Amino acid sequence: MNGPQDLGGQMGFGPVAPEKNEPLFHADWEKRAMGMTIAAGAMGHWNIDESRHARESLHPADYYTSSYYEIWAKALEILLKRHGFVQPQELDEGRSLGKGTQPKRVLKAENVAAALAKGGPCDRPVAGEPRFQPSDRIRTHNFNPETHTRLPRYAHGKLGVIEAVRGGFVFPDSNAHGKGENPQYVYTVVFTAPEIWGDGADPILTVSIDAWESYLEPA
Amino acid sequence: MPHDHDDHHHDNELDPMAARVRALETILTEKGLIDPQAIDVIVDTYETKVGPRNGAKVVAKAWSDPEYADWLKRDATAAIESLSYTGRQGEHMQAVFNTPDTHNLVVCTLCSCYPWSVLGLPPVWYKSPPYRSKAVIDPRGVLVEFDVILPETTRIRVWDSTAELRYLVVPMRPEGSEGLSEEQLARLVTRDSMIGTGLALAPEAA
Repeated sequence: MNGPQDLGGQMGFGPVAPEKNEPLFHADWEKRAMGMTIAAGAMGHWNIDESRHARESLHPADYYTSSYYEIWAKALEILLKRHGFVQPQELDEGRSLGKGTQPKRVLKAENVAAALAKGGPCDRPVAGEPRFQPSDRIRTHNFNPETHTRLPRYAHGKLGVIEAVRGGFVFPDSNAHGKGENPQYVYTVVFTAPEIWGDGADPILTVSIDAWESYLEPA
Repeated sequence: MPHDHDDHHHDNELDPMAARVRALETILTEKGLIDPQAIDVIVDTYETKVGPRNGAKVVAKAWSDPEYADWLKRDATAAIESLSYTGRQGEHMQAVFNTPDTHNLVVCTLCSCYPWSVLGLPPVWYKSPPYRSKAVIDPRGVLVEFDVILPETTRIRVWDSTAELRYLVVPMRPEGSEGLSEEQLARLVTRDSMIGTGLALAPEAA
């Protein structure tokens, strides 16, 4: 979706301003928001793509004025409501008013180390051979779905070169919406800055994305 | 069940996000959907166990051991796993090596993808609009903000982490570091040097 998350090449946000000796968290609630996001995700009722889509679906004015852990916390509330775990009234009152959806599983303290060590690999076998090989020239798709995608707008309809075939991976565009993993090959695709940014772009700058096969056409 | 983790909540009660997140944790705990102690363990993991020292050891080993460097180039996930750094947001790793000709810079323009298993949790600037917007169109300008001035002839390659591959930059080994042990070398490897917004420190720092 052409949402607030699609930031590549946007302007006006000011300096990066890295903080010297930045602490890992800036408030205790950030720790709880981070941990809750992981623990609630471990119930197994949504996947990382649906989580990302919930975050990018925040109103742009909300997204741009929220810190990243605020974005996580707000998206977590949306996911919990969508899947029937909490009701809006419960969030308003700050207490449980009864049972909701029962979780497939609950992450217990003693299982955290194993769960984090395992992670969530999303490589999958794909039937057939990759359509593209390194050094193939491609053009990226130009499309503007209202749904989740991982092709940034700055890379729409651009000429690039396949650098590497990375193997099969879950397709986020369908997985974010409960429409299955539908794995596809993923490729690292390199663009020159002049191809992406046009006039005045740095001729020796290159930018790569990792693109699912259906984002690409031969060129 | 009111939970007993008040030791975690030192926020000002008037802070709306602190109140909102506390309310959510109360509800989820009362419903039995989360174990508050699991959250403690998750937080402790990223505060004390998983952070950029992991990545620094990977880089120091690659600087010291050409066979390891080669393995890291070919199969970063396995080479990193051999040092016991695995798991969440490090399932599919790629290592990209800086050279005198090419400087690598990693960003996630679409969210905040970051190699947690080797660098821990990302800093705020990495997740924020200024960096995410500017890194792909004006990386040289971004680097100036980090006091990294590259020769005009150095090519910059920006890696936008749009899929599930996570990138670790292997900075160039600093001059004058020939005699140093892996442990000493690891102290030269900063977090930012493994994102591409920094360079490895000079050996006097070891």
